[in-house]
Amino acid sequence: MDLTLKIWRQASAGEKGKFVDYQVQNISTDASFLEMLDVLNERLVREGEDPVAFDHDCREGICGACSLYINGRPHGPDKGITTCQMHMRRFKDGETIVIEPWRAKPFPVIKDLMVDRTAFDEIIQAGGYVSINTGGVPDANAIPIPKRDADTAMDAAACIGCGACVAACKNASAMLFVSAKVSQFAVLPQGKIEARERVQNMVAKMDELGFGNCTNTYACEAECPKEISVSHIARMNREYLSAKLVSQKE
Amino acid sequence: MSLAGLFLTSFLVVHLGINLLILFDKSLELFNQAAHFMATNPLIQLFQYVLFFGFILHIILGVVLQIQNWTARPVRYQKKGSSEQSYFSKFMIHTGAIVFIFLIIHFANFFVKAKFGHIDPITYDSGTYENLGQLVVELFRDGAYVIFYVIAILLLGFHLDHGFQSAFQSLGLTHSRYTPIIKGFGTVFSILITLGFIAIPLVIYFSF
Ligand code: HEM
Ligand code: FES
Repeated sequence: MDLTLKIWRQASAGEKGKFVDYQVQNISTDASFLEMLDVLNERLVREGEDPVAFDHDCREGICGACSLYINGRPHGPDKGITTCQMHMRRFKDGETIVIEPWRAKPFPVIKDLMVDRTAFDEIIQAGGYVSINTGGVPDANAIPIPKRDADTAMDAAACIGCGACVAACKNASAMLFVSAKVSQFAVLPQGKIEARERVQNMVAKMDELGFGNCTNTYACEAECPKEISVSHIARMNREYLSAKLVSQKE
Repeated sequence: MSLAGLFLTSFLVVHLGINLLILFDKSLELFNQAAHFMATNPLIQLFQYVLFFGFILHIILGVVLQIQNWTARPVRYQKKGSSEQSYFSKFMIHTGAIVFIFLIIHFANFFVKAKFGHIDPITYDSGTYENLGQLVVELFRDGAYVIFYVIAILLLGFHLDHGFQSAFQSLGLTHSRYTPIIKGFGTVFSILITLGFIAIPLVIYFSF
């Protein structure tokens, strides 16, 4: 298939970017979206031009490295998959595809379609962990956990931290990401111990970094490649409000 | 934000209830009686300030929130997304802003006149009241005003349709069993409130 690509090109964070049109020919419908970009980049290299920079790593939908805002949707038109898992058969021959980087103040463009997602790491550092002193491995059955809670935690932990929720949200809010990271611990006994500080610290960090506020549009859930539910956002709101209400004076 | 929104929502119910009295009693006695009660009861007078504060809080928070949300994405997308699952969530600031303009006009037309202007009294068997109902009826004889009113109320309905369930989500009040009920109720509630408020000017315009 032949396609016209409108790709955001930006040499570096400080420089101004612009859209550049590229034609690609004879793309297999079985190719993945990133393979299609590989074909383009090989040609650009052959022609002595600068290849298009984009993030990718596992190419099997589990690492969260790939991104791309394709025709108005993070990770392209399919539901519940990452860009690396999307195939060209989802597009029509002759179609024009607009490819943009994630857009959010806390996600500055590094180059072309690559953005800096360090902000997510900073949020995790603010509390997205369980502090455990090293020692012997505890017995797996020593702490009983209801199946339902284990499932909820597992669903939340499916978040790969790609940032599609921020990209999809009209407010560039990171609530789905942060709430998944809060939830995966909040429902488990090991995580409950630090739950109050965790939620307050992570939310404070998220706000400090300049992410927008959640107005419950639920675009994040629709675009999340791991289909993380907005019920985690409600849980985080609940955790946050109750933590604020009962927190002791300094 | 959410608490203020829900508070304003509860106020709408009371307001609509009183307004509907106009339609049920063409002599306007019921409505004038209710308006008299609202204007003189000390508890209601106190609540007037709470309501005013609720509006101010909701509007200030809404505007601050919106400005933060706009600045969170300094470079816009070329191809705008539309993945929102709650459709009217996209337009809360817009529907809110028009409701705000409506509120000011509404305030000037009714509240200021009722509070500071002179309203002709009317005497029924039950007593003499200021004939506020007549003021309403006269305003709604103007077709342009009716159209403006209906449009503003429709937008308020859209605002509510998203807002109602949104407030519960913001407060963390969700549950696999009850959230679908809240969402369904919110939509039906918004439609009923909208139809109720719209019916009043239309009925007055066409049949009073
Ligand atoms: C009777 C009038 C009004 C009612 C009943 C009402 C109700 C609501 C409710 C229930 C919410 C959801 C709150 C949440 O999710 O936390 C909301 C949100 C909002 N309202 Fe209003 N509102 C009214 C008037 C206004 C006005 C005059 C403005 C003017 C700027 C406004 C601006 C907003 C904005 C920007 C939001 C979005 C916040 C969000 O989605 O969380 N509203 N409103
Ligand atoms: S490259 Fe790992 S998820 Fe797409």
